[in-house]
Amino acid sequence: MKVDQEAIARHNRQQDDPALRKAQEERLMKAWETPTGWRYWSAVNNSEVGLWYTATAFAFMLFAGVLALIVRAQLAVPENDLVSAEFFNQAFTLHGTAMMFLFAVPIFEAVAILLLPQMLGARDLPFPRLSAFGYWSFLIGGVFVLGSIFFNAAPQGGWFMYPPLTTDTRQSGIGADIWLLGLSFIEVAAIAAAVELIVGVLKCRPPGMRINLTPLYGWYVLVVGVMILFAFPPLIAGDILFEFERMLDWPFFDPARGGDPLLWQHLFWIFGHPEVYIIFLPAIALVAMIVPTFAQRPIFGYSWIVLAAIGTGFISFGLWVHHMFTTGLPQISLGFFSAASEAVAIPTGVQIFAFLAALLAGRVVYSVPMLFVTGALAIFVIGGLTGVMVAIAPFDWQAHDTYFVVAHLHYVLIGGMLFPVVAGLYYFYPMVAGKMLSPRLGRTAFWMMFVGFNVGFFPMHFVGMWGMPRRVFTYPAGFGWELPNMLSTIGAFVFATGFLFVVWDTLRPKGRQPYAPRNVWNAGTLEWLAEVPDKPWGVRSIPFVQSRYPLWDQKNFMRDYDEGRFFLPDAHEVRRETLVTSIIDAEPIQCLRVPGPTFKTFWAAMFTGGVFVFSTFHMWTAAVVSGVLALCAILAWLWTGTALVPEKEEKDIGLGMTAPLYMSGPRSVGWWAMFITMLGDMSAFFSLIFGYFFYWTVHPDFPPAGAGADAPGWFLLGAGLLLASWLATTTARRVLSAGNEAAFPMLIVAAILAAAGGTAALIHAPAAAGLDPTADVYPATVWVLVIWTAVHAGAGIVMQLYCLARFAARRLTATYDIDIWNVALFWHFVAVTVAVTTATVVGFPHVGGGG
Amino acid sequence: MVGTRVERLVREKPWLQEGTGELRRRGRFRSATGTAFAVATLAVAASLAGCQGPQSTLHVAGREAGEMASLLWLLVWAAGVIWILVLGTAVYATGISRGPVDDRVANVMILAGGVFLPTLVLGGLVTWTVWTMSGLRVPDEQGLRVAVSGEQWWWRVAYEGPDGNPVASANEIRLPAGETVTLELSSPDVIHSFWIPSIAGKMDMIPGRVNELVLEPTKPGIYRGVCAEYCGTSHALMAFSVVVMEPDAFAAWLAEEARPASASSAHEGLALFLENGCGACHAIRGTEADGRVGPDLTHVASRKSLGAGILPVTQAALEEWITHTREVKPDARMPPYDMLPEAEIATIAGYLASLK
Repeated sequence: MKVDQEAIARHNRQQDDPALRKAQEERLMKAWETPTGWRYWSAVNNSEVGLWYTATAFAFMLFAGVLALIVRAQLAVPENDLVSAEFFNQAFTLHGTAMMFLFAVPIFEAVAILLLPQMLGARDLPFPRLSAFGYWSFLIGGVFVLGSIFFNAAPQGGWFMYPPLTTDTRQSGIGADIWLLGLSFIEVAAIAAAVELIVGVLKCRPPGMRINLTPLYGWYVLVVGVMILFAFPPLIAGDILFEFERMLDWPFFDPARGGDPLLWQHLFWIFGHPEVYIIFLPAIALVAMIVPTFAQRPIFGYSWIVLAAIGTGFISFGLWVHHMFTTGLPQISLGFFSAASEAVAIPTGVQIFAFLAALLAGRVVYSVPMLFVTGALAIFVIGGLTGVMVAIAPFDWQAHDTYFVVAHLHYVLIGGMLFPVVAGLYYFYPMVAGKMLSPRLGRTAFWMMFVGFNVGFFPMHFVGMWGMPRRVFTYPAGFGWELPNMLSTIGAFVFATGFLFVVWDTLRPKGRQPYAPRNVWNAGTLEWLAEVPDKPWGVRSIPFVQSRYPLWDQKNFMRDYDEGRFFLPDAHEVRRETLVTSIIDAEPIQCLRVPGPTFKTFWAAMFTGGVFVFSTFHMWTAAVVSGVLALCAILAWLWTGTALVPEKEEKDIGLGMTAPLYMSGPRSVGWWAMFITMLGDMSAFFSLIFGYFFYWTVHPDFPPAGAGADAPGWFLLGAGLLLASWLATTTARRVLSAGNEAAFPMLIVAAILAAAGGTAALIHAPAAAGLDPTADVYPATVWVLVIWTAVHAGAGIVMQLYCLARFAARRLTATYDIDIWNVALFWHFVAVTVAVTTATVVGFPHVGGGG
Repeated sequence: MVGTRVERLVREKPWLQEGTGELRRRGRFRSATGTAFAVATLAVAASLAGCQGPQSTLHVAGREAGEMASLLWLLVWAAGVIWILVLGTAVYATGISRGPVDDRVANVMILAGGVFLPTLVLGGLVTWTVWTMSGLRVPDEQGLRVAVSGEQWWWRVAYEGPDGNPVASANEIRLPAGETVTLELSSPDVIHSFWIPSIAGKMDMIPGRVNELVLEPTKPGIYRGVCAEYCGTSHALMAFSVVVMEPDAFAAWLAEEARPASASSAHEGLALFLENGCGACHAIRGTEADGRVGPDLTHVASRKSLGAGILPVTQAALEEWITHTREVKPDARMPPYDMLPEAEIATIAGYLASLK
C-alpha cells in the first residue's frame, strides 16, 4: 500500500478536533441506527441478525435437548412404556435432525455473522440483506420441522432418512416430506450464509491485513464456508431425487425398477461426513481465538494450524464410506476408506498440539472459558480415539449402529462443538452484551455439564459393546444393560441441568450489574475494539492492520481507532459504508455502500418458505402463488438494494486515499458471490451426474440399449439454442462494456428468445424420445437432468429480462454494469450445465451404453 | 503438617489467602476427580468381567468376534495411554508450567504430537486392518449356505437342506460349530442389518441386493442376534435366537427340521387354524397351510423364542401373541385375533405349542 505521510499527518490534524469527531460520530450513528419498535425486525445489520440467529439456534437446541431427555427417560429402565414406539421414533429422528441441521451448523453461521465483521474491523458483511434472508429462512424452516411433532407428523425415519423405509408413503407419511422440504429450505439458507461469509473473509478485511495476518477464525470460516459449498449441494441433489420419488413415483431408490437405495446413502454421507467437520472446525476456531488470549501470547504455529484446517477440510470429503462399512462394499474400498478415515486424525492432532504449545509457552489465566476449553479437550480426545477405533472396518462391523457409536459421536460433537461454543459464549458475551457472565454460575454449569456428560455417555461405550443397538425404543432386561442405561439417563438429566445454568446466566436480568471493562480479557484481536456498551456502527474507523494481534502490537491502536485516525471515520452522506479490499494484500479497492433495514428480505423468506410448506401438503396452487410472490419480493429487493448507481464516482476514505463507490466484474463482491454460489450449484449438478454414473456402475445395461440416443434431435436443438443464448449474453456484456449501448438490448432480446426456445426444445426432448420417468430409473435420471438444466435456463431468462428492465430504467449502463457481469457469469455456468447434460444424455449411450 | 504451615502462612500474610484458597480448591478438585475416576474405572472393570449377556460382542463364540474382542482391549489400553498423555500435557501446560518456552520446543511438540506419533500409530493400525480383513469372511465353497431375509419385523430363514432342497424356518438360526457358513442376506421391504454380536460383525440386508456374510462359529451355546439397522416402528423388537451346535447334532437337527409337522393332522387346533385363514400367511408343512407371507410355523414349538426373539414359546405367550399382536409388536402386519372366543385361541395355541 502506498503510504503518503503528508496525507496521514493531514488526516491526523483534522481528527484532532473533538467537535469534528463528535459530528462524525453523530453521522455514523444516524447511518447505522438500529430501527426501533416493530421495525426493529426489519434490521439487516450483522449485529442484530447474528444475535437473532444465535438465540434461535440455541432455542432449537433446547427443544432438541428436551427430545433427548424424553428418549433417555424412556430408556431408563427395560421394557418401559412411558412413550409409544411411534413417538419415540419421531423423537430420536427429530433430536438428531434438529441438533445437526438446526443447531450445529446454523450456530456456526450465527456466530460467524455476529463476530466476523468485528474481527475484520468491517462495519458489516458485504450482503447484509442476504444474511437477513438466511435468518428468516432458517427460522421458518426450523419452526416448520420442529412443530410437526405436535401434530404427530414428525419424520420418523431417522435423521439419515434411508429409503425405502422413507420412500414408502404408507410408512413414512407427511413427516418425510417435512424433513425433505423443510431442510432443503434451510440448506439453501446455509449456502447463502456460506457465500456471504466467504466473500466477507476474502474481500472485507481491513487495509493492511494481508491474507497471512487474517485471524485464525477467518481462516476457519473460509474453510468451512467452502466445505458447505461442496457438502450441502449433494444432499440437496439427493433431496430432489427423493421428493421426485415420493411425489411423482420416479424410481430412483426403488430396486424393482432399477433404482438403488444405496445411492441415497452415498449422497447423504458425502454430505454427512464433511458435515461433522463443518460443525467441528468453527468450534475449534473459537478455541483458536480464546487460547492466545488466556495464554497472553500469540498462537504457536499459525501456518501449521491453517494448513491443518485446510487439510481436514479436504480429507473430510474422502471418508463418507466409513458410514457404509456394513453395506457389503468390496473389501478393497473398505481398506481405502479406513486409511483415509484414520488420516484425518493427523491434521486434527496438529491443531490440538498447536494450541497446547501456545498454552505451554504462555502464562495461563484460568477462567470459565478456559475451563470449558479444557473440558472440551478431555471429552473430544476420547471421541477422537473412539473414532480411530470405528474407522477400522472390521471393528466397525461390530460397533456400527450400536450405542458405542452413540457414545462416540456425542463425545465428538459435545467435546468438539458444544463445550467450545459455551466457552465462546462466556468469552464473547461481554463484547456483545457489555456485561460479564457470572464466573460462579459458569463454574457450576461446567462441572455439572462435565460430570453429567461423562456419567451419561461413558457407559454407552460398554452397553454398545454388550450388543445394544441404536434407535431402539425398548430393550429386554437381563443382558446387563440396566445399570448403564440408568446411569446414562441420570447423567443426561444432570448435564441438562448444568446447561440450564448457562441459559439462566445468559438470560438473567443484568440491569444493576456494572458494564464489563472494554477488552475485558486483554485480547489482541480487532473484535475487542468494541466499545462498552457497543455502538451500532460496527467500527468507529476501519483500522490499518500490521499484525495478527494489533491490540497488543500496534502502538496507540485503540486511541487512534477511537479518534477516527483510520479509514472511513465519517459518513458524509449518512450512508452505510464499509471497505472492500483485495484478496491477498488487502489493499483498499472500493468503498462499498451496504443496504440498510428492509422488510423485503423478510417477505422474500416468508414466500420462499411458503413454496416449501405448501408443497409439503400438495397445495399446488398456493405453492405457485407463493412462488410468484417470492420472486416478486426477491426482484424488488434486488432492484432497490443492489447495484445502486452512486451520486459520484469515488470518495475520500481517509488517510489521503480515495476509493470508487461502484465496482463491477471480478473486482466486485457481487461477482464473487455469484461465482461462489455457482460453485455450490455445480456441486449439486455433478451430484446428479454422479447418480447417472452410479446407476451405470450397478447395472450391466445402463443406459438400456438404444434408450435416449434414438431421438437426439430435440436434445441437440435445445442445447444449441441455449449455448447461443449464452454467447449472446456474454457478447452483450462485452459490447456494453465497450460502450455500445445500442447493440446491447438487441443482443439481450436475442438471448432471451434463444433461451426460451432452447428450454422448450430441451423439455420436449425426453418426451419425444418416449422416456417415461415412472417406468424405470434410466428415463427418470434423464428427466431429472433435463429438468435441472431447464430450471437453470429459466432462471437465466429471468435474469436476462431483469437486465433488460434495468437497462431501460438506466440503472444498467456502460459504466454501471454489475448486473450484466453477474448474469453473464451465471450463463457461463448454465453453458457448462447444458454441455455436460447433453454429453451425458446424448453422448454417453454411444460410448458406455449396455445392450 | 503442610496444612498447618499453609494456615500459618495465611495468618501471617492475609493477602495470600485468596490465592491459597484457590490453590486448595484446585487441589481438592484434582483429588476428587482422581478418586472418582479410580472408583469409576474399578466399577467398570468389575461390571465388565461380570456382564456377558447372550448378545454381547465380548461373549465370544465366533472367530471374527474373538479377534475384535481382543483388538478392543488393545485399542482401549492404547487410547487410555494417549488420552492420559494429551491431557497430562494440557494440565501441565495450563496449570504447572511457568516461564517462556523455546520456539523450537514448541515446534517439536507440534510435529511430534500432531504428525509423527499419529502417523506411526495410525499407519500401523491401518496395515493391521488390511492384513486382518483379508483373513476374515473368506467363504468356504463346500460349507453350509443359509438364506436369511429380513422382513418387518422378523427373519425368514432357508437352509440348504441335506437333499439340496431348501428347508424353511424363521426367527432362529442354527449353526454348526467349527464350520464356515455363508449367509445370503436380503430384504423385500426396507433395509435391515443382520447381527450376531457373539459370532461376528453385522451386514446390512438391502432391497435389491444379496449380501454375503461368512460366519465361523466356534463355541456351542445359545446366543441372540438382532436387527441393527433402524427399520421402522418395531425395529427394537426384531431379534432372533442363535443356536450353535456340534456338527453332528446340527446335521441331525437339520434333518428333523426338513421333515413336515409332527403333530397330528386331526388336531382340532389345526382345523381352527385353517378355518380362520391363518394358512393364508403361514405355512405348516404337511398340512394345507402353505402361506408365504409370514413365518413358517412347521416346527415353531422347537424354537427358542416367539415373535422374533421377544417372547418365550409357551402356551400363554402364543395366546398373548395371537390376541394382542400389535400391543406386543406395534404396527406388526399380522392382525390381532382377539375376536375369537378364548377357547378357540387356547386350542390354536395348544396346537402350535405341539409343533415340535
